[in-house]
Amino acid sequence: MAQVLMKDLNKKYDEVHAVKDLNLHVRDKEFVVLVGPSGCGKSTTLRMIAGLEEITSGEIVIGDRVVNDLPPKDRDIAMVFQNYALYPHMTVYDNMAFGLRMRKYPKAEIDRRVREAAEILGIQDLLHRKPRQLSGGQRQRVAVGRAIVRHPQVFLFDEPLSNLDAKLRVQMRVELKRLHERLETTAIYVTHDQVEAMTLGDRVVVMRDGWVQQVGEPLELYARPANRFVAGFIGSPAMNFADVTVLEQGGALWIEHPGFRLRVPPDRAARLQPYRGQRVTFGIRPEDLRVATGADPQEYTFEAVVEVVEPLGPEMLLDVRVGPATLPLTMVVRVDPSVRVRVHEAVRLAVDPERMHFFDLRTEAAL
Amino acid sequence: MTDRLAGGAGSAAGVEVALPHPGAARAPARTRVLESERLLAAALLAPTVVLLGLFIAYPFVMGIWLALTDTSVGRPGRFVGLENFVRAWTDSIFQAAFRNTFVYTFWATVLKLSLGMWLALLLNRHFRGKRLVRASMLLPFIVPTVLSTFAWRWMFDPTFSVLNWTLYQLGLIGDRWWSLSPTKLPFLSDGTYALACAIVVNTWRGMPFFAITLLAGLQTINPDLHEAAALDGAGGWKRFWYVTWPLLKPVTLVVVVFSVIQTFADFQLIYVLTGGGPANSTHLLATYAYQVGVHSGLLGEGAAISLFMFPVLFAVVWLQLRYLRRLEGA
Amino acid sequence: MVIEQRWKRWVFFYIPLALFVVGTLFPFYWMLVTAVRPDAELYRSWRAPNNAPFWTLNPTLAHVRDLLAKTTFPRWLWNTFFIAVVSTAISLVCGLFAGYALARLRFPMAGALGTAIFVTYLVPPTLLFIPLADIIRNFQLGNTPWALILTYPTFLVPFCTWLLMGYFKTIPRELEECARIDGATRFGAMVRIIFPIAVPGILSAGIFAFTLSWNEFIYALVFLSSPERKTVPVGVVSELIRGDIYFWGQLMAGALLGSIPVALVYSFFVEYYVTGLTGSVKG
Repeated sequence: MAQVLMKDLNKKYDEVHAVKDLNLHVRDKEFVVLVGPSGCGKSTTLRMIAGLEEITSGEIVIGDRVVNDLPPKDRDIAMVFQNYALYPHMTVYDNMAFGLRMRKYPKAEIDRRVREAAEILGIQDLLHRKPRQLSGGQRQRVAVGRAIVRHPQVFLFDEPLSNLDAKLRVQMRVELKRLHERLETTAIYVTHDQVEAMTLGDRVVVMRDGWVQQVGEPLELYARPANRFVAGFIGSPAMNFADVTVLEQGGALWIEHPGFRLRVPPDRAARLQPYRGQRVTFGIRPEDLRVATGADPQEYTFEAVVEVVEPLGPEMLLDVRVGPATLPLTMVVRVDPSVRVRVHEAVRLAVDPERMHFFDLRTEAAL
Repeated sequence: MTDRLAGGAGSAAGVEVALPHPGAARAPARTRVLESERLLAAALLAPTVVLLGLFIAYPFVMGIWLALTDTSVGRPGRFVGLENFVRAWTDSIFQAAFRNTFVYTFWATVLKLSLGMWLALLLNRHFRGKRLVRASMLLPFIVPTVLSTFAWRWMFDPTFSVLNWTLYQLGLIGDRWWSLSPTKLPFLSDGTYALACAIVVNTWRGMPFFAITLLAGLQTINPDLHEAAALDGAGGWKRFWYVTWPLLKPVTLVVVVFSVIQTFADFQLIYVLTGGGPANSTHLLATYAYQVGVHSGLLGEGAAISLFMFPVLFAVVWLQLRYLRRLEGA
Repeated sequence: MVIEQRWKRWVFFYIPLALFVVGTLFPFYWMLVTAVRPDAELYRSWRAPNNAPFWTLNPTLAHVRDLLAKTTFPRWLWNTFFIAVVSTAISLVCGLFAGYALARLRFPMAGALGTAIFVTYLVPPTLLFIPLADIIRNFQLGNTPWALILTYPTFLVPFCTWLLMGYFKTIPRELEECARIDGATRFGAMVRIIFPIAVPGILSAGIFAFTLSWNEFIYALVFLSSPERKTVPVGVVSELIRGDIYFWGQLMAGALLGSIPVALVYSFFVEYYVTGLTGSVKG
C-alpha cells in the first residue's frame, strides 16, 4: 500500500521555521496537491518526503516504513523537478535508464521499461538525442519518463510545469492527469498555481507560512474555504472582501458598510449572532455577483459605479467602485458578455445569498 | 470529507488507519558514510588536509622553531631565541636583500600592471590573427622561468650581448652625438643595472598573466557602456578612466595580490640571472636564504631570513581581503 | 565598436601591438637561433665586424645532438614529465574532492577550511624549503622523485580546489538531487554525474597544474642531488655549466627542448588554459 503519512512534521533552518506541525495522510493512489505562495513551505515538505532535506522533528511514513533516516535512493520514490534536471552528458535513453542501472536491473528489463515509458509519453523517437537538442516540452516528458520507469511507490512533482509557456502548460496538465489515471500511483504535486491545484488534485492542501490552512477536495475548498486566506487564494479572479459591521434590525441581522447594506441570510444568522455590533470580513466571489433585475429582493442588492470594463470573450469583468470616493472599495464582478454597461455608469448589483462568506476579523476563520 | 486546519490550529491529523508502528528503517553503515553530508565532507577533505598539514603547516612550524635555534648541517642546534633574526637584521647583505626585494617587487608590479593593462586593452578588439597573438603572448608565462631567464642572460652577456650590438648599431652606444653612453651597458656586472635587468625580465615574464586576466575582466564589461560614454563625449582616455577602470578594480586587485606574493618570494629568476651577484648586490630574501641555509649550511639563520617574508605577505593578503570585502559590501 | 581615424589606428593599435609581440617573442627566437648556430659564430664579440647576430647562414644541429647524447638531458625530460603528470593527477583528485565538498556540502567549519586552504598561499615554497628539506630527509625521500611528487601538490591543490569549486557552483543542484533519488549515493552522484559534466574544468585545472609543475625550481634544486634524477630546469642550471664556462649552444638547445613539451601541451589546450588562469582569479 503506497500511502504517505506525515506526522507532526517540522522543519527549521536556523532562525526560519519553514514547516510547522504538518499532519497529512495521503492515501494510496491519491493525487494530492500542495499549493500556496512562495515561502509557504510546500517545496520544503516535498523535499523532506524525498529525503533531500533533513527533518527537524516529526515522522514521515512511506508505505509501511518510517523513512526519516533513509537516504533518497532507498525510499522507492521518483521526482520530477521544475528544471527537469536531465543529465546533460547522457542521451535520453541513458537518462531514463540511469535509475534502473543503479539498481542493477538486467539489461533486457531496463530496455523494456524504457521503451514502454517512452511510448506512453510519445518520445520514442528521441531516445538517442541529448537533452540540449530537445524543446522544453520534450525535456519535461523525458523527466516524467525517467520517473515512470522506476515504478516507484510515490511520484513527487516539484512545480514541473512552471517553466513551460502557457499553452504547453495547459496541454501537459491534461496529460499528467491522464497519466495518473492510467498508472494509478500515489502522487504528491507542488505548485503555486491554484488552477493547476484545482484541476489536478484529488485533494488539495493549501499552505501559508509553514502552516496547513486547509485540506480538502477542490470544490470543497472553493465552496467552503476554512479561512480568509484560502478563500482569497482559490478562485480567479479572487474573492472580493470588505470589512463590515454586523447590525441587528427588525429581528434580522444585517451587515453594513459605507457603500452598501445587505441582509444576512437566515441560515447564516446563527453563526453571526455573537458578532452583533462588531466588525467581520465579508466575502463574495465575482461570479456570485450579477447585475440586479427587478426580481432580485432589495435586501440583497447594492449600488456601485463601473470603473473598468474588461471584455474577455466568454465573459466580462467589471471593476466597480462601491461606496463613497473618500473610502473607496473596489470589487470585481463577473457578468455575461451581453450585459451593456458603460464606464462611470452607476449600476445595481445583486448578491447570491447562498454564496455569501463571512470571516472573523481577527482570526480570519470562516464563520 | 474535509480536514479543517486553520492557521495556527493544532493537528487533527485525520489518520484513518492505525498502523502497527513500523520499525524505523536504517541504512547500512557504509552507505551512511557515502550519504551523510558531514562524514562525506570529512572523507573528501581528508587527503587535502593531510597533505597541506604535513607539507605546509608542519614545515612552517618547524621553520619557526629552526629559526630560533642555531642548527646547521650535521649539527643539531640549541635554542638561541631571536639571535638569528637580530644577526640578519644587522647584516649588510641582508639589508640589501631586504631592500632589493621591495624595490624589485614594486617596480616589477607597476610595470606588469601598466603594460598588462595596455596589452589587454589592445587585445580587446577584433583583428585577424587575434587568437594566435593571444596564445603566443602567454608563452613567457608558460615556458619554465629558468629556461627563459637563461635566454635573457645570454642576451645580457658582457661579451656577446645582442642587445649591446643592437644599441651600438643604432648609435645609442658609442661616440655619436646622440649616444647615451660611450661604452657598452654593463647589464649584469653592475649592481643597479643588474637589478633593473631582473625587473625587466620579471616584467617580461609576468606581464602576460596580467594581460590575459585583465582581458577576461574587460570582456565582462558591457560594450553598451563604452558606446554610451562615447556618445556622451568621452574620448579614449576618459572612457577608460571613468568607465573601464572602476569596473576592473576587483579583478585587478586579485591579480596584483597574486603577483606580489609570487614576486616577493621569487627565487628562480635572480638565481639564474645573477646568482645574487655581483658581490651579493642583487640578492632577494629568497636567494639569500638559500645561500645562507643551503650553501653555507646555516639552517637556523637561513630559516630566519626566509621568515622575514611572512609578515609582508600576510599584510598584503590581509589588506586585499579587507579591501575586497569593502568593495563587495559597498 | 567606436569608429576612429585610420592613422590613429596605426599609431595607437598596430604599432604598439607589434612592439608587444616582438618584445614578447624575441627571446624565444634568440633561443632558437643560438641553439642552431655553430660555435664559431656564437663566440664572436659583438663588436666584431660583419656580425649578423639575428640570423645564421650555417645552422647546425650539433648542439642538440651533443645535448641528447652526451648529457643526461633525456633523463631530465623524462623525470620532469613523470613528476609533472603524477603531481597533477594527485592534485586533481584532491582538488576535485575538496572542491566538491566546499561547493556542495554543508558542514561545520566549511568557511574556515576554505579560508585555510586559501591561506596556504601565504606560505610560498621559498619560505618552506629549508625546514622541508629536513622533513624530506627524515622521511627518507631525499633525492627521489617522490620528494617532489608529494610536495608539488602543496601549491597545486589550492589552485585546483578554487578552480573546480567555482566550476561546480555553476552546475545546478537538481542534477545531484535527481541522481540521489534515482538510486545513487551522494558519492555516486558526485562521481557519475557531476564529474563528467565538470570535464572542461578538470582539463583547465590539469593543464595549468601541469605547466606550474614543469616550472618549479627550488624544491627540485634542494631535494635532488644526483644528475640522473634532476628535472630539466635544475639540470640545465647545474649540469650544463662546467667550471666557469657556459656552453651557450647546448644551454640554449636545452632551454628550447625543455620548453617545447610544455608549449606543445599548452598549444593544444589554449582555451582551457586561459579559462583556468582567469577562473582561478575570479573564484
